[in-house]
Amino acid sequence: MNGYYAGGDPLVDTKDPGGPLTERWDKRRFEAKLVNPANRRKRTVIIIGTGLAGGSAAATLGEAGYQLKVFCYQDSARRAHSIAAQGGINAAKDYRNDGDSVQRLFYDTVKGGDYRSRESNVYRLAQVSAAIIDQAVAQGVPFAREYGGLLDTRSFGGVQVSRTFYARGQTGQQLLLGAYQALERQVAAGTVELNTRHEMLELIVIDGKARGVVVRDMVTGAFETHLADAVVLASGGYGNAYHLSTNAMGCNVSATWRAHRKGAYFANPCYTQIHPTCIPVSGEHQSKLTLMSESLRNDGRIWVPAVAGDTRDPALIPEAERDYYLERTYPAFGNLVPRDVASRAAKQQCDAGRGVGPGGLGVYLDFKDAIKRLGRETIEEKYGNLFDMYAKITDEDPYSTPMRIYPAIHYTMGGLWVDYDLESTVPGLFVIGEANFSDHGANRLGASALMQGLADGYFVLPGTIGDYLATNPLPAGIDATHPAVLEAEAAVRERTARLLAVNGSRTVDSFHRELGSILWEYCGMERNEEGLTKAIGLIRELREAFWADVKVTGVNEELNQSLERAGRVADFFELAELMCIDALHRRESCGAHFRTESRTPEGEALRIDEEYSHVAAWEFAGDGAPPILHREHLGFEHIKVQARSYK
Amino acid sequence: MKITLRIWRQPDRDAAGAMATYEVDGISPDMSFLEMLDVLNEELALAGGDPVAFDHDCREGICGMCSLVINGLAHGPEALTTACQLYMRHFTDGQVIDVEPWRATPFPVLKDLVVDRGALDRIVAAGGYISAPTGAAPEAHSVPVPRKDAERAFDAAACIGCGACVAACPNGSASLFLGAKITHLGALPQGQPERDARALAMVEQHDAEGFGGCSQIGECTAVCPAGIPLDMISQLNHDVLAALPRGKDQRG
Repeated sequence: MNGYYAGGDPLVDTKDPGGPLTERWDKRRFEAKLVNPANRRKRTVIIIGTGLAGGSAAATLGEAGYQLKVFCYQDSARRAHSIAAQGGINAAKDYRNDGDSVQRLFYDTVKGGDYRSRESNVYRLAQVSAAIIDQAVAQGVPFAREYGGLLDTRSFGGVQVSRTFYARGQTGQQLLLGAYQALERQVAAGTVELNTRHEMLELIVIDGKARGVVVRDMVTGAFETHLADAVVLASGGYGNAYHLSTNAMGCNVSATWRAHRKGAYFANPCYTQIHPTCIPVSGEHQSKLTLMSESLRNDGRIWVPAVAGDTRDPALIPEAERDYYLERTYPAFGNLVPRDVASRAAKQQCDAGRGVGPGGLGVYLDFKDAIKRLGRETIEEKYGNLFDMYAKITDEDPYSTPMRIYPAIHYTMGGLWVDYDLESTVPGLFVIGEANFSDHGANRLGASALMQGLADGYFVLPGTIGDYLATNPLPAGIDATHPAVLEAEAAVRERTARLLAVNGSRTVDSFHRELGSILWEYCGMERNEEGLTKAIGLIRELREAFWADVKVTGVNEELNQSLERAGRVADFFELAELMCIDALHRRESCGAHFRTESRTPEGEALRIDEEYSHVAAWEFAGDGAPPILHREHLGFEHIKVQARSYK
Repeated sequence: MKITLRIWRQPDRDAAGAMATYEVDGISPDMSFLEMLDVLNEELALAGGDPVAFDHDCREGICGMCSLVINGLAHGPEALTTACQLYMRHFTDGQVIDVEPWRATPFPVLKDLVVDRGALDRIVAAGGYISAPTGAAPEAHSVPVPRKDAERAFDAAACIGCGACVAACPNGSASLFLGAKITHLGALPQGQPERDARALAMVEQHDAEGFGGCSQIGECTAVCPAGIPLDMISQLNHDVLAALPRGKDQRG
C-alpha cells in the first residue's frame, strides 16, 4: 500500500495441535519429545529478562535440570517492571462459586481482545491459570486472605465474576519476588548463571537457528558472546517508544527488535493499550507517568467543565456547569466503560478545550459524591494508598479536591509472533510474556498480564521447549570463532562506534521526547490514514536527524547511561515506523486500535471481520525496504463473534 | 527554583572519588528529585561534560533501584519515600543539596552514585526462599493461613530490596533486610520446614559479605521507604537463636 509495505505469503503453520479445544494442551505435551533427565544439564538455554515470564521460566527450567544463562539490564533480577503491577492476577479457580470456569475465562479473554487472538492459545492460558495461584501460594506469596484463612478475590476490569487474586496494591511485586526467590535458589544450585547489568544487543543465528546473543556488560562496556541450544526472550513490552508511559525508564524494545531484524516476525505492533487513570503530565521535564488502579472508577465520577476554557477552581463550578460525559454518553456503563473507551473520551474532551490542569491535559475524577454516600472512612479504606500516592506526586488532596487524570501508554499487546509452542519464526528463538503477541488480541483485560507472564514461564514454555532441545542441540564444534558469532559481535561494535562518533548537538532524550510526541499524536488513541502517513514521514526525518546530530557522551568502555539510552532510542525509531505501518494497514477499529475511518453511525468502534480477522506478522526486509506482511487468519469455532457495545 | 548540588563523582570502581559542585536553575517544585538530576544531566551532556550516573528504573517507588543519600539521609528527607518519589517542593530555592551513593563496604561504588548491591541477592540465594519446584504445588486452599499471619507476612514482604537500611546503619548491617525476609517466610505455614536452615544460612551469608552486626540503633527503619519495622530484626534474632542449637539440618 503506497509502497509502505509488501504483501507476503499467509502464515499457516501455527503448530496448533488440533482436536477438541479442551484436549489440545494435553495432546501437545504428550506429543512433545522429552530430554532425558541425565542429558538436561548438557543443554543450555539463554533467557533475556527476569520479569514474571523470564524469572519463572529460568527457575522452572533450572529445577528441571537444564543449564541457564540469564541476563537482565537492572542491577538485580528482582527489579523488572512486572514489579509495578498493582491490581491482581486472574485465575479460573471459581472459589466464589459465582459461575467462573476455564471456559468463561477463555471467553472473557477472547471477547476482551475483540476477537483478535488465537482460540487455542487463550484456552490454554485459562487452563493453566489455576495452577499459577497454587504455585505462588506454595512459594509464600502473601495474597490477601479472608478471616477464615482462605484466599480473597475481587472482581476486576468490568468482568462479572470475582476471579482476581491480589496482594494489597502490590500483586506484581509479590509474584515477582516469588519467581525471583525461586530463581536465586537455582543460582545457588548452580543451574542458573545470572548476569545482571547486561543488555542484549544482538541475536546470533547459525544455520537458520537461534544459538546465542551478544550482550554488553553495562559496567565495563565489554561485549560478550554467549552460545546456547536455544534462546528465550522475556524482555517485556515496547510502550516506551512513546517516551512517556507507565513503563520503567529502562524498558526497551532492543532485544525483540534485534531478533526481528534477524528474522523473527513482529506481530500486531500497533496494538498498544492506553490506561485511562494516570496522573497527568505536570511539565516538560516529565520523565514517566504513574498509573493509578482503575478500581478508582468504581466510585469516582469523571467530569469536565461544560464550557471550554473554564479555568475556575473545580469547587466553584456548579453541578449544572459540569459535564459527566461518560455517564451522559454511556448510561449503561457510565464511568466503568472499558479502558480504551474511557481513554478516548478523555482525549476528545481535552481536544475540545475542556481539559483541566496544566496544558489542559486532564479530566476530573471526583470522589465528592462517594464520600458523601459512603463516608470518608470507607473511601480511605478502599483507596487510601492511591490517594496518598496522588497527593505525594501532585501536592493536592483528593479528599477535598477532585483528582486529575489523563490516559497514558500502559501495555503493548503486540510483540514477536509466536506459534502454539511460543516459538518465533526463527527456530530455537522462544518469546514469552509481554514480549510476544500472544493471548491478548487487540486489547488486554485487567489482571491478565501477570497471568500470562507466569503461565508462559512456569508452565507453557517448560512444556514446549523440551521438544526443540531434544531434537536440535547446538552442533558440536560451534564456538565463539564461528563466522556468524564474529559477524554479530562486529555489528554491535560498529553500531556502538557509530552512535559515539556522531557527537552532535542534541541529547538522546530530546530525540526520544520528540519521537514519543509523534507517536502519541498520530499512533495513539485515535489513528487515521492522514495522520499515520504524516507520522511515518516525520519519524523518518527525525531518525535521520538522530543519526546526524545526536550527542552521546563518554566512551564505550565505562558505565555509560547515555550510550545505553541511545541504542534503545535508535531501535525505537525503527519500531515506531513499523507501528505506524501496521496501524495504517489495519483499516478497522478493534480493541485498543481505533481508526477514525472505521466507525458506526453513532461514532463507536467498527470492527471489520471479513477483512481483518487476522494477525499481522511483519517480516523485516532490510533497512529502507518496505516490511513484508504475512497474515495469520483467525478462525473462531468455539466462540460466537459479536460486536462490542457499551451503550 | 535554583539549586546547588554537591555530588559524589567517581569514574569507576577503583578510582578515587570526590564531591563536585553544580548549579541547576529553572527547577519546578513539581519535578521529582530524579527529574531534577535529569535536567542537570541534559545540561552536562550539551556542555560536553560527563553526566552523573545514578540508578533508577520504575520511578514509582517499587522497584528498589534508586539509591541516593540526599543531605546525609538515605532516600532524602521524606519518610516512607524513595528518592524517585521525592519532589522538589520539599526543598527551598537556593538550597545546597549533597548527593552521595549508598556507602557500605559490601556495596562498592561502580560509578558516581551507582553501587553494586549483588550482596543482597546472594543473601537471598543462600536461603531466602521456600523450596517449591514448579508443578509440585498443592491446591492453594489446602493450607489456610490465618489472616493475621498473612498480613504480617505481607508487611515484611513489602521490602523493596533497595539497601537504604544498610546505607543508614552506622554498622553497615543488612539486618532489617534479613529480618524482613525471615519474617515474611517464617510467618507462613509453607515456610516452616526450612525455617531454621533459612535463618542460619542467610545470616551466614550476610556476615560473609561483610555486613556489620545490629546494635538496635534503628536508623534503618527510619529511612526504610517500605516501612519495615524494627521488630522484624527481633524476629530475626528469635529465629536464629531458636535455630542455633538445632543446627541447619534439623528442619522445623
